Amino acid sequence: MMSDLDSLYQEIILDHYKNPHHAGLRDPYEAEVHHVNPTCGDEVTLRVHVSDGVVADVSYDAVGCSISQASASVLTDLVIGKPVDEAMSIHETFLTLMQGKGTVEPDEDVLEDGIAFAGVAKFPARVKCALLSWMAWKDATARSLEETHG
Amino acid sequence: MTQTQLAGLLPELEVIRADFPILERTVAGGLPLVYLDSANTSQKPQVVIDTMVDHLERHNANIARAMHTLGAESTEAYEGARDKVAAFLNAPSRNEVVFTKNATEALNLLARTIELGPGDNVVITEMEHHSNIVSWQLACERSGAELRWFGLTDDGQLDLSAADRLVDERTKVVAFTWVSNMLGTINPVTDLVARAKAVGAYSVIDASQAAPQLPVDVAATGCDFLVFTGHKVVGPTGIGVLWGREDLLNELPPFHGGGEMIETVTMARSTYAAAPHRFEAGTPPIAEAIGLGAAVDYLGHIGMDAIHRHEQTITAYALEGLATVPGVTVLGPLDAAQRGGAISFELDGVHPHDVAQVLDSRGIAVRAGHHCAKPAHARFGVQSSTRMSSYLYTTPAEIDALVEGLEYTRSYFKLG
Repeated sequence: MMSDLDSLYQEIILDHYKNPHHAGLRDPYEAEVHHVNPTCGDEVTLRVHVSDGVVADVSYDAVGCSISQASASVLTDLVIGKPVDEAMSIHETFLTLMQGKGTVEPDEDVLEDGIAFAGVAKFPARVKCALLSWMAWKDATARSLEETHG
Repeated sequence: MTQTQLAGLLPELEVIRADFPILERTVAGGLPLVYLDSANTSQKPQVVIDTMVDHLERHNANIARAMHTLGAESTEAYEGARDKVAAFLNAPSRNEVVFTKNATEALNLLARTIELGPGDNVVITEMEHHSNIVSWQLACERSGAELRWFGLTDDGQLDLSAADRLVDERTKVVAFTWVSNMLGTINPVTDLVARAKAVGAYSVIDASQAAPQLPVDVAATGCDFLVFTGHKVVGPTGIGVLWGREDLLNELPPFHGGGEMIETVTMARSTYAAAPHRFEAGTPPIAEAIGLGAAVDYLGHIGMDAIHRHEQTITAYALEGLATVPGVTVLGPLDAAQRGGAISFELDGVHPHDVAQVLDSRGIAVRAGHHCAKPAHARFGVQSSTRMSSYLYTTPAEIDALVEGLEYTRSYFKLG
């Protein structure tokens, strides 16, 4: 049986941590946000570029633990290239998984590598780590849309 | 685990450990608890727990206002705790001991009541806990006073080279920590107090990390004010102490208005009680104060000199052990004689949260993060760190467990 520690640190998470996807800050973008986790000091600066209703790019510069770093990497894999509505729905699905205290069965079709975070939901202290970049993305996307429509 | 015998450890360490019931519990599926987070909060001996329970079971009443047997007993116990704290600090008068919620509230009390104005300045240091930074930032924003600070040298000491420029005739307050909660540095308290005194400024010592592990003698330091918190000196949470020179306390305006802090009240105006009651508005944390009294009695019985020796011995042993782990960098002084028992470190390639998580899976409790000292971390270009902190109940075997845990962490994250 997998130990709690191994369920937290799935290989997928450690892979994303060591080789984060879409890392770095890029142009163009309509909105840039900076989110911090005040309890531990993890930080992310995240940019969103929306074009024709599609999440064209998400770029970021993050400082933090393996969970928060890997989560940012998985986020970008999941939302880049998706229509904003669909990306928001993926966000909801991930949020539900993380807030489920380990009782939610993850949907691999929707969350792909994101299912590796199912184990994190059992560690209340780490849920915020996993959600940091997701909350930043939602914030930046909303601002990006305001920017485009406003 | 074999017990390593080191000169300087508290004699009968196992007897002391038996005083702390929590040390018997297991965590992480049956592993013994290795509690190395005492700078965050210390564990409580049975005598503190029993004293508080006994008060609540047999003597509970409000203090200084209930004219009945229980009220008298409760008042006597509460004021008795003040005597015990006064003795713990070697305070010239019991009236100089003000009970607060914690050290943070004590610092805020001072920052709120010491009069500041434009042109004045307050000098702090870059290694302060946020409570000794933000409270003065707020005071300076309110008053127009300037906030200044001592920087740090590369080896984690206060940089006193600019001291004569920083502390000048317009300095009203010099506030500093005795022992850093992040770097472990022990600051030159008497030197800093003398600099404050030379320009007529108040000296304020944050002894939150010093009071648990060093003999604190307020008279010997010569300082004006000193604060510490109960829960780090084997006492309960919810109770802290402001010590101040009696004449100065009585010059300060009240902090909170309410019951117990008054002399008399009319609808138009009130006059205020003298210290300490002037600063103890409302019903205080009575059981907590009594618990703190039992806690400082307990420490006094063991002896702060012996506790300090034990801390230094464990700290030296931990520094040696940490030095054997590849990739570990300790922040702050490397000489145990120059530092307190909190050791912050980085493990190259593994984030502190991940270090703490893996250690927790082995029953080892440490702190990870910025330890409420973000500026001190920023000074050393570090976002966060892992911190182990020992206390009078810490054994060399627990340090061995930490070192093994860090080796395991490295292998878990495949660092060779």
